[in-house]
Amino acid sequence: MAEFQTHEHDVLVIGAGGAGLRAAIEASSAGVSVGLLTKSLLGKAHTVMAEGGMAAAMANVDDRDSWKVHFADTMRGGQYLNNWRMAELHAQQAPDRVRELEAWGAVFDRTKDGRILQRNFGGHRYPRLAHVGDRTGLEMIRTLQDHGIHTGMTVYMEHTVAALLKDGNKIAGAVGYDREKGQLRVFRAKAVVLATGGIGRAYKITSNSWEYTGDGHALAYQAGADLVDMEFVQFHPTGMVWPPSVRGILVTEGVRGEGGVLRNKDGKRFMFDDIPDNYKPQTADKEEEGWRYVTGDKNARRPPELLTRDHVARCINREVKAGRGSPHGGVFLDIAWIKEKIPNAPEHIRKKLPSMYHQFKQLADLDITTTPMEVGPTTHYIMGGVKVNGDTQMSTVPGLFAAGEVAGGLHGANRLGGNSLSDLIVFGKLAGEHAAKYAKENGVGQVHQDQVDAAAKALLAPFERGASAESPYKVQYDLQDNMQALVGIVRKEDEMLKALDVIEGLKKRAEVVGIAGTREYNPGWHTAFDLGNLLTCAEAVTRAAIERKESRGGHFRDDYPTKDEKVFGTFNTVIRKGPDGKMQLERVPLTPMPQHLKDAIEQEKK
Amino acid sequence: MAKATFSVWRGDKSAGAFKDYSTEVSEGMVVLDAVHQIQAEAAPDLACRWNCKAGKCGSCSAEINGMPKLMCMTRLNTLDLSKPVTIEPMKAFPLVRDLVTDVSWNFRVKKTIKKFKPRKPDAADGTWRVHNDDIERPQEMRKCIECFLCQNVCHVLRDHAKHEEFIGPRFFVYTAALEMNPIDDENRVDDLKAKHGIGYCNITKCCTKVCPEHITITDNAIIPLKERVVDEHYDPLKKLLKVFTGK
Repeated sequence: MAEFQTHEHDVLVIGAGGAGLRAAIEASSAGVSVGLLTKSLLGKAHTVMAEGGMAAAMANVDDRDSWKVHFADTMRGGQYLNNWRMAELHAQQAPDRVRELEAWGAVFDRTKDGRILQRNFGGHRYPRLAHVGDRTGLEMIRTLQDHGIHTGMTVYMEHTVAALLKDGNKIAGAVGYDREKGQLRVFRAKAVVLATGGIGRAYKITSNSWEYTGDGHALAYQAGADLVDMEFVQFHPTGMVWPPSVRGILVTEGVRGEGGVLRNKDGKRFMFDDIPDNYKPQTADKEEEGWRYVTGDKNARRPPELLTRDHVARCINREVKAGRGSPHGGVFLDIAWIKEKIPNAPEHIRKKLPSMYHQFKQLADLDITTTPMEVGPTTHYIMGGVKVNGDTQMSTVPGLFAAGEVAGGLHGANRLGGNSLSDLIVFGKLAGEHAAKYAKENGVGQVHQDQVDAAAKALLAPFERGASAESPYKVQYDLQDNMQALVGIVRKEDEMLKALDVIEGLKKRAEVVGIAGTREYNPGWHTAFDLGNLLTCAEAVTRAAIERKESRGGHFRDDYPTKDEKVFGTFNTVIRKGPDGKMQLERVPLTPMPQHLKDAIEQEKK
Repeated sequence: MAKATFSVWRGDKSAGAFKDYSTEVSEGMVVLDAVHQIQAEAAPDLACRWNCKAGKCGSCSAEINGMPKLMCMTRLNTLDLSKPVTIEPMKAFPLVRDLVTDVSWNFRVKKTIKKFKPRKPDAADGTWRVHNDDIERPQEMRKCIECFLCQNVCHVLRDHAKHEEFIGPRFFVYTAALEMNPIDDENRVDDLKAKHGIGYCNITKCCTKVCPEHITITDNAIIPLKERVVDEHYDPLKKLLKVFTGK
C-alpha cells in the first residue's frame, strides 16, 4: 500500500484559473474550509492568456445594450444548442461580476466619462467587452489571486489530481500528487469543484499550454458524470503561423475589433464574399461601413471580419486550401493599414494592442504597426464539457461541480469571444456558492482504500516499466498529429472512424509507456500520466463528432456541409462511461425554452 | 539542419553539474523549444517550469548565458550558437531540481502587504469614475507577470539574502500599483519603511534592466514610494508638528 498524506476540506477546488479562483473565493466567503489545487504556481493558469476582454452588457458605451441582447447574441452564436438557463444567468449576472472585480482592485480601461470602457468583438451586437488593453486575462487572474489569498483558502500549488474518490454515488474527495516531491496526497472533501479548463493539448496546433490536458473532463467521466457537446471544439481563426516554433500562439480578436482586416495573397478582403444569411442584416457589405463601425458609429454595421469565430476560421481555411494564402500557409491580418485613416496610427496600435506588438516583434521579428501579420486557425477552446445544472453548476454526480471551460452548455456549438472570461466569474461564483451550500448540508464521505490504491498503482506504473519502454512524449505527439489531421477543423466520417482506430492503438501504447528518474519534479512522469486524460477526451470528441451528421458552429462536416435543424437541431450529444467500462453516447433532447427568452431571441433577429 | 549545444544545469540541492545536450535548431526557435526537444529526445526527467510559451505567464525564468531571461522569449538567433549555450536556474531562490527553483517565498511576502481597500463609490450604483490619465501608472505596474527575474537579480536578495527584511522589486511594484490605484484608500507607507525594507534599495536599477514587461521598476515604482516614505517620516515640518500634536 502506498503512503499518503491526507488533507481535509469542505470544498476542494481543482484548478486555479479564473473559474477556480472565483469559486474558491465564493466558497470561502460562505464560511467553509476551502482547498484550492493548481497544477502550476498560483496566477499562471491559462486565464493569463486571455486578451480581448470579458463580455458584459453594462451598456457603458452603447446604451442600447441589455442582458436580453447579450443573451440573444450568445444563443445565436451557439446555434441554439446552448443551455438557455446558463446563457440567461450569464447575460444577467456578468455586469455585476465585472464591477465586483473593480471593487477588488482591477484597473480597467475607461470611457471618456470615467466608466469601464467596452470594445467590439465578434458576434456581439454592441461594444460589450470590458478590457485592459490586450491583457485582460492577466488583470482578471491577478485581481482574483490578490483578493483570494486574503480569504482564508489553502492553496496547494503544483499539485495534480489523478482520480476523484466516491462514496457510493457521492463525491468524497480526490487523490493526486505534488509535483515537487512526487508524494501522493489524499484530499477528503464534501464537495469538489472542477475548474480545470480545456483539452487543447490533444491537438498539434493549439493556443493552449501544457496544462490543457482535459483533466477535469476525464476525471468527471471516470467518476460517472455526463459530458455534453464534446464535438464542439473552437478553432480560433487567428493564431500565429510563422515561425514554426510559435505556430498556434493566439493573436487576439481585439486586432479585428480595433480595425484589423483579413486579406488573401491578392490583397482581397475575402470575408465579404461569404456572409451567412442569419448575420446579413447586421453585417457591413462595404469596407467603408465596416471602418465606421469599429470607430464607434452607432449606425454602421460590423465588418465581416467580426463574424463568429467558427465562420471566420473556415473562411481562412478555404482561402489557404484554394491557394490564395500567405507564404507560410495562413492569410494576412493587417492592422497597419489604419494609418490611412488616423494620425499617429503606430502609437495608437501600440497603446491598444501592446502585447500583440510585443509578441510579434520579439517572436517573429515583425512590426505590426507597419507590416501585416500571417495568421491561421489554432485549436483554442472546447465548448463541450461536464454537463451541469444551469442554476447550481452541479454535475450528474452529487457533490461534483464544474465551472469555466470544463463545464459544457453555456456556449452551445460555438463560443463568442469575450464570453469565456465572463463565464469564469459568473459560473465560478455560482459553483463556489452551491458547492459550499452542498458541503454544509452533507457529511463527509468515506474514503475507500481500494480506490486510493488503484489510483496510486496507475500513477506509479510508468516507473516500474522504466526508461527502456516507450516514451510518453512520442505517444503524445502521435495523438496530437492524429487529432489535428483527422478530427480537426474540417471533418469526414471515414477519417474520424480511422481516428478512433488510432486512438485505440494509442491507448494500448499509453499503457506501456515508461520513464526514468525519480518522482521529484519529473516532467516525463507527468506527461505519461496526462496521456490517459488526453485519450479519453480525444475519444469523446471523435465519437460525438461522428454522431453529429451536419455542420454547425465549431463542428464542420465535409460530408454533411449544411445545418439540419429538423434532426440535429433538437438534441445535445451526451457521453458517459457505460457499465461495461466503454464510452456510451446518447442524444438528449433540448429542454423547451420559456416564452420570455424566445421573445428576446425573436426581438434581436430583426 | 544545424545543431547547437546546450549546457543545462542538472541536479538538486545536494549536488549537480552542467550537462551538454546537442539538438537540432530551426528558424524562429526559442530556448524553451530547445529544452522541450531535449526532454523529448534525451532527458525526459529534465525539470523545467513553463506554461503559456508567449511571455505572458512568467513561469520559465532562467539564466541563459548568465543573463536572467524568460526561456520562451529568448530566440536562438540572438545567441552565439558556435559555443554551448548555458541554461541554469535562478540563483536567488533555493533549488528544487534542474531549472526549477522554490519561489514560494514570493507568495508568502505578498500576503504581508495590505490588500486593496476601495474608497467610497462615486456613483449611486456603487461604481467609480476614474480618468484614463490616472490609470496609466498603475496599469504599467499591473503588467507584471510575476516571473521574479527582478527578485533574482536584486543584490539585496541575491548577494545579501535579506529575504526576511526586504520584499524586493516585485513587491515594490505590487505596492506601487496599489498605492497608485485611484480607487484604493489604504496606506502602506509605514509598512514600506518598517517592515518591507525599502531603505535597502540603493537604486542600482538591475531590476528594471531585466524586466521582460519593460516596467520602469526603479523610476516609476521604487523611487516614488521612497519619496512617500520620506514625505511621511522625514519631513522636518511634519516632525515638528508631531512633537506638538503627539500624532
